[in-house]
Amino acid sequence: MIFLVAGQANGEVLKLDEPLSFWGGVDPKTGEITDLRHPQGGMSVKGKVLMMPFGRGSSSGSSVIAEGIRSGSGPAGIIMMEADEIIALGSIIADEIYGKAMPILVVEKSEYESFSTGDRLVISEEGLSLS
Amino acid sequence: MTVNLSEFDQSCLDGQEGTAAASAMRIIVRLAETMKASELLDITSAHIDSCLYHGPAVLDFAKWLEDQGAKVKIPTTLNVSSLDLIHPNLYRGDEDWGAQARLLMDCYEGMGCKPTWTCAPYQLEERPKFGEQVAWAESNAIVFANSVLGARTHRYGDFIDICAAICGRAPAAGLHLDENRKGDILFRVGGLNDSLLNRDVFYPVLGHLVGKNAGNGIPVIEGLPDGVSEDRLKALGAAAASSGSVGMFHAVGSTPEASTVEEAFLGLDPTVVIDVTSEKIISARDQLSTVSTSKIGAVSLGTPHYSVQEIKKLFELFDGEFVDPEVNFYVSTGRDVLTEASLRGFVKPLENAGVIFVTDTCTYITPIMEAVTLPVMTDSAKWAYYAPGNLGVEVIFGAVEDCVASGVSGDLFIDNNLWLDG
Repeated sequence: MIFLVAGQANGEVLKLDEPLSFWGGVDPKTGEITDLRHPQGGMSVKGKVLMMPFGRGSSSGSSVIAEGIRSGSGPAGIIMMEADEIIALGSIIADEIYGKAMPILVVEKSEYESFSTGDRLVISEEGLSLS
Repeated sequence: MTVNLSEFDQSCLDGQEGTAAASAMRIIVRLAETMKASELLDITSAHIDSCLYHGPAVLDFAKWLEDQGAKVKIPTTLNVSSLDLIHPNLYRGDEDWGAQARLLMDCYEGMGCKPTWTCAPYQLEERPKFGEQVAWAESNAIVFANSVLGARTHRYGDFIDICAAICGRAPAAGLHLDENRKGDILFRVGGLNDSLLNRDVFYPVLGHLVGKNAGNGIPVIEGLPDGVSEDRLKALGAAAASSGSVGMFHAVGSTPEASTVEEAFLGLDPTVVIDVTSEKIISARDQLSTVSTSKIGAVSLGTPHYSVQEIKKLFELFDGEFVDPEVNFYVSTGRDVLTEASLRGFVKPLENAGVIFVTDTCTYITPIMEAVTLPVMTDSAKWAYYAPGNLGVEVIFGAVEDCVASGVSGDLFIDNNLWLDG
């Protein structure tokens, strides 16, 4: 397990069936998934520990992530199986300018597969645990 | 993992190059750590996506840099913004939102970026050469720079673009390095009919299919005609970067690091081989439309920004016809391209025919289009992908020829023969 961006979070897991582009895919004001082609379209990422295999799509995803952290409508944390710089950047910048980072983790496939939607997860310096 | 810093990198971090360079370098190093870069490298240009307004955070960031006296160190171009400064009356959005968007644009110009306002910086006169290391954001520009120009940029997001421009440095990792530019997945299109391979509309559809199936690997496409045009490769890459995570592709016989399949894979075997059949292509095409009706309310072309060649083709397709009075017909392009196309005599006749040119921005990222209840037709897979979520419109994808025929009559026209031939 690697922290792309360190931080702590606690929330319900929303595990996405497919990668999501934050720009053009999430409303930064509400956290709703607006990409209606996405299997989880219409659901909300707000306050969730969001799991997706890897990142996708627009460079502006960084801005939507930073805006979600600022406004509080973004996820509580993001867990992936591959590093994604576009996602990491949004959280790094929120940390730099607001002192608010959202944890972003890369985990092994086995660990990724051990969690599912609805689980309550705690992300701490030690790693992931069910609450 | 620690990033080995050069003397210059360290002097930036220590504040000897100014406060802004210290902040920018700190962010670059943080990102370099996530990319497992062992060092940074020099870059020759940057393309900034951070200039599009998404809410207070992006302006807070730009002002934070501006307050520290940020200036770019290398030639830096700007992506689309939320406003059309050439045709300001086209903006139909909230006044306050527009004012914030304008402040953001001014901020980046103030840092020394060129007010190019285009998502297709590769259509500007100055563009990176083969092998040049650059830091570009904007997913379609990234894929074009890597694949078609043979320049090298990682898949950068907002914020790091301007940091890299301030320091002239970027992480030596990802698509900057030889070993990460080799193909992973082979798409074979040789079984498709030549008549389809020679149509513009085939390329965004292929891109959509490739993006969906490439995961986060680098796709290699074999079986296309040699020397596929830049406009077609642009449409392919933009589509693949929307439906997938593609930051680079190889088109054997067309892109500079793929004169052969072996070269594209650096002599290794593909992890997956996909035979692209006409059934798969038609299914990908159908995924791009959300509805099927007999009437359309608008047409939107130019995502990514239309080139002079594409405007010329549109001029030829109109051939003296006029847009139906019930249809709004938009074409997004860069201000530099619009100037060139005007000089060549394509713009005035198209405007007289009822075409609305949009510059500096795009119809799917800001409120420009008049409200329509009928679907919007487009020749862009990227627009077809994002517009329904962004604007709440229904979309119908078609060839530019079909878009013009439909825009002129107001009735949906799709030339299905074109696809059956495939």
